[in-house]
Amino acid sequence: MPIAVVVIFLVVGSVVFHFVSPWTFTPLASNWSQIDDTIDLTFWVTGFVFVAINLFMAYAVIKYRAAPGKRAAYDPENTKLETWLTVFTTVGIVAMLAPGLLVWGRFVDVPDNAMQIEVLGQQWHWSYRLPGADGEFGDVSAKLITKENPFGMDYDDPVGQDDVLISSPELHLPINVPVNLNLRSKDVLHNFTVAQFRVKMDMVPGMVTSLWFTPTKAGRYDLLCEELCGIAHHTMRGAVIVEEPEDFDNWVASNPTFSDTQVRLAYNPEPNSAAAQYAVCAACHGHQGEGMVVLNAPKISGQSEWYLRKQLENYKGGLRGSHKDDIYGQQMAPMSMVLFNDTAIDNVIAHIQTFPDNPAPKTIEGDIESGKKTYAVCAYCHGGNAQGTKAMNAPRMAGMTDWYLQRQLQNFKHGIRGQHPQDYYGKQMSFMARILQDDKKIDDLVAYINTL
Amino acid sequence: MAFVAIADRDHEQEHHDPQTFLTKYVWSQDHKVIAIQYGGIAIFVGLIALGLSILMRLQLGFPNTFSVINPESYYQFVTMHGMIMVVYLLTALFLGGFGNYLIPLMCGSRDMVFPFLNMLSVWVYLLSVLILLASFFVPGGTTGAGWTLYPPQAISAGTPGVGMGIILMLVSLAVFIVAFTMGGLNYVTTVLQARCKGMTLMRMPLSVWGIFMATVLGLLAFPALLVSAIMMILDKTILTSFFMPAMISAGEQLSYNDGSPILFQHLFWFFGHPEVYIVALPAFGLVSDVLATHARKNIFGYRMMVWAILAIGGLSFVVWAHHMYVSGMNPYFGFFFATTTLIIAVPTALKVYNWVLTLWQGNIHLRVPMLFAIAFIFTFIHGGLTGIFLGNVVVDLPLSDTYFVVAHFHMVMGVSPVLVVFAAIYHWFPLMSGKMFNETLGKWHFWLTFLGAYSVYLPMHYLGFQGVPRRYFSMGTTDFLPESAQMLNASITVSAIILAAAQSLFFINIFMSLWKGKKAEKNCWGATSLEWLTPDQPPKHGNWGHDLPVVHRWAYDYSVPGQEQDFTPQTVPASEVPVGRDHGVTHESMLEEFQEK
Repeated sequence: MPIAVVVIFLVVGSVVFHFVSPWTFTPLASNWSQIDDTIDLTFWVTGFVFVAINLFMAYAVIKYRAAPGKRAAYDPENTKLETWLTVFTTVGIVAMLAPGLLVWGRFVDVPDNAMQIEVLGQQWHWSYRLPGADGEFGDVSAKLITKENPFGMDYDDPVGQDDVLISSPELHLPINVPVNLNLRSKDVLHNFTVAQFRVKMDMVPGMVTSLWFTPTKAGRYDLLCEELCGIAHHTMRGAVIVEEPEDFDNWVASNPTFSDTQVRLAYNPEPNSAAAQYAVCAACHGHQGEGMVVLNAPKISGQSEWYLRKQLENYKGGLRGSHKDDIYGQQMAPMSMVLFNDTAIDNVIAHIQTFPDNPAPKTIEGDIESGKKTYAVCAYCHGGNAQGTKAMNAPRMAGMTDWYLQRQLQNFKHGIRGQHPQDYYGKQMSFMARILQDDKKIDDLVAYINTL
Repeated sequence: MAFVAIADRDHEQEHHDPQTFLTKYVWSQDHKVIAIQYGGIAIFVGLIALGLSILMRLQLGFPNTFSVINPESYYQFVTMHGMIMVVYLLTALFLGGFGNYLIPLMCGSRDMVFPFLNMLSVWVYLLSVLILLASFFVPGGTTGAGWTLYPPQAISAGTPGVGMGIILMLVSLAVFIVAFTMGGLNYVTTVLQARCKGMTLMRMPLSVWGIFMATVLGLLAFPALLVSAIMMILDKTILTSFFMPAMISAGEQLSYNDGSPILFQHLFWFFGHPEVYIVALPAFGLVSDVLATHARKNIFGYRMMVWAILAIGGLSFVVWAHHMYVSGMNPYFGFFFATTTLIIAVPTALKVYNWVLTLWQGNIHLRVPMLFAIAFIFTFIHGGLTGIFLGNVVVDLPLSDTYFVVAHFHMVMGVSPVLVVFAAIYHWFPLMSGKMFNETLGKWHFWLTFLGAYSVYLPMHYLGFQGVPRRYFSMGTTDFLPESAQMLNASITVSAIILAAAQSLFFINIFMSLWKGKKAEKNCWGATSLEWLTPDQPPKHGNWGHDLPVVHRWAYDYSVPGQEQDFTPQTVPASEVPVGRDHGVTHESMLEEFQEK
């Protein structure tokens, strides 16, 4: 008897929960309202069946519960009833399947006027390629992927020279223009999902998959990877910015073409002006980039050029050093403005590369064994010897300033660094830093890195 | 020599009863002992998997609070939890456990047809479990690729356990499949060849039908997993490129060329979807028998139930790619697989109707096994209906890879089969042990399990609607999730901990009852099927004493019209009770007419 009452209670409760709970689909921001309609239809049909069968069962349990003198009926089969139930079920199924297939028919039929954009996934970030002025993508091959050619572009293909390469995880799209995303992966399976667009598709190395939609609402949407792609899967985030076509065009124009990126690589810094520019930095970071603890300036000699560049750009762009609690970052941000253009940054970084790389003094103590265990997670990106991996956007830590490392881990953990919406790699690190429960864990970890 | 059925040669056989402790309980060839060995090992690893799920839930409910859980260990927990639960617990328990125990008893056989092979099966199964558990202790730990083990990530840098972990996992699976095949051939052969006199196929209890069909599915589906495991081991060890395309890993070029990750997914799900029914069909069968016995009523629409089992089994081989709608396979496949998937809902729905109609006009005794069986119908309806969302390709688009999927498959192939496992253990415990379990403790266990499970999985669907992805170590902040989503996660975790803790009541009940439970009466539920009719309870080696039983009617002659007793065992001949489905009188209204004759 209680079981029947509980079943009735759960049926009513589930229906009430469904209608009053604040947890439901996030508002649609694409053309796929038909997907939402199909879901609604499925809800009504399955909801009816859920309520009807369970209430019938509860009723049967109440009505036919055992009592002395009662006896069950003997009723092996009832062909008529079974036939009706089969027909009724089939009709219900067709009512859900037919509209579903019609909408799927639209999904597999990419509109001819759809804008073509390539999404390139890798552990654990996103990049994009637009076909450029000629409207055609140049040839690519996984075999051609190198540090200098992260998209694997075919150098000799004239079509690819004007392809626009976007190495940030942020994609811009013009509003109300159908877009077909061509999905590629460099390494493992990934998945392109923006909840508000409703459609998603896996990205498979060795092939190009696709999905299409028309963004219909301007705004910034979180992009998530939804195919388990390794330990930092949950940090593989990006964003899609839907904006007016003019803004989109400006954004495209602000990104380099493939040939631009090749020219930039060939750039040779001018040694004298580099030294002059570094003089400002030397006041705090030392003449050899060795860092100065009294001025809260970390060692920068020996750090990879790509990481220094990224951080300088972050400081300049307000992605770093803009948090109110980031006191030392706030000091660095205005200093970075001294490097007024890319050439200045190139120069100063080239100069830093000429410094001797002596290990920074070790000041942090902790439980090295405990730190070693924790470091197993860090090693996936930063490398087994904390040497840093450019492909993972993970800087070198071994031999660098330990008190600085400690402070940054605290900043990442407490949301002082890595919280700017465009600081995607900082955000990744803040996900990871949060697994360090307390200051002791941080010290243990830094103490272990000191041994590498 | 003309073929003579095994049951007809019974008196020519010599029966050697095992003499020593070792041959009786350890190296036993008795299907009942093997069943308990299978069940014991399966439940033991199942408990490990349960513990892993609690560790995962702790991280999801209270992110970054516990230092043993980091992204590396989290994904290892996810993987091992899934793999153990699906393969090493549920498959082994339903087929190796219940299959072994019930098939010979329900079919009226003395044992499995190949007892030695049967014994070998359980020991090889144990070996596969040991290999699996060993992978926890190798450098790098177990694989963290998710139970689907998708390449390239399963064997390339960035995933936990890409060294020995994944290799041991694949080897363990291969060994498991060997064990399963030895057992499976036995179950199929025993059902087809060793039924006692009069036990026609259409008189068999649905438990036997469910287990039989599941075994056939297993024998056809596991080879796909076996070859993919072997191919992946080759990709990993000697750098073949079955599943590995040209790719980079951590910035370095690998030497693979032109392999297809999607090929693996097809092979995996060609096994993986039937696997769902390898778990579900035995549950369907067992629950049918529990329902009929405790409702004192024949199972409604028996023939339809048998055909539904066969249809579901057949169809389960043509729906696999509904797990791959967003995998990047040719999207036109979506039309085919959505259609086949929704077709399979028809026989499945019919089974649900027939269970409910079995209760209708029954005389329902709400004992512990029956409570679990009714709860199963409830959760299975829920899980089945959410399957229609995911099977309908376009509805799957927003829901795929979210918590909706997690909620769906846990409801349909986690909670539902486990409720049947409990129903079945409580139902057959008096037979297996000769002791009665404690009813009060059983009810406490039931309520905490049923309500606990529903409060874990109902809210999880709604996390999925919001777009929370599965297999995320932590969600962090997003622009589309309200903060209350984390609250929901915390409440799910609390429910899960209560649910897990409540399982101790089950073990207390079982062990206390074994130790000093009161002696169970023979055929305490008043069942009709053969397993309750053995001369001894629990049945001894050889099951049937001197003579094999002879069957005269189907397994569901409950409350036969005109009979005082509300059950008529299968062995009662027509000369004693000349009514029932197999003797012309199929409805009360025909009784008078019959008596007049």
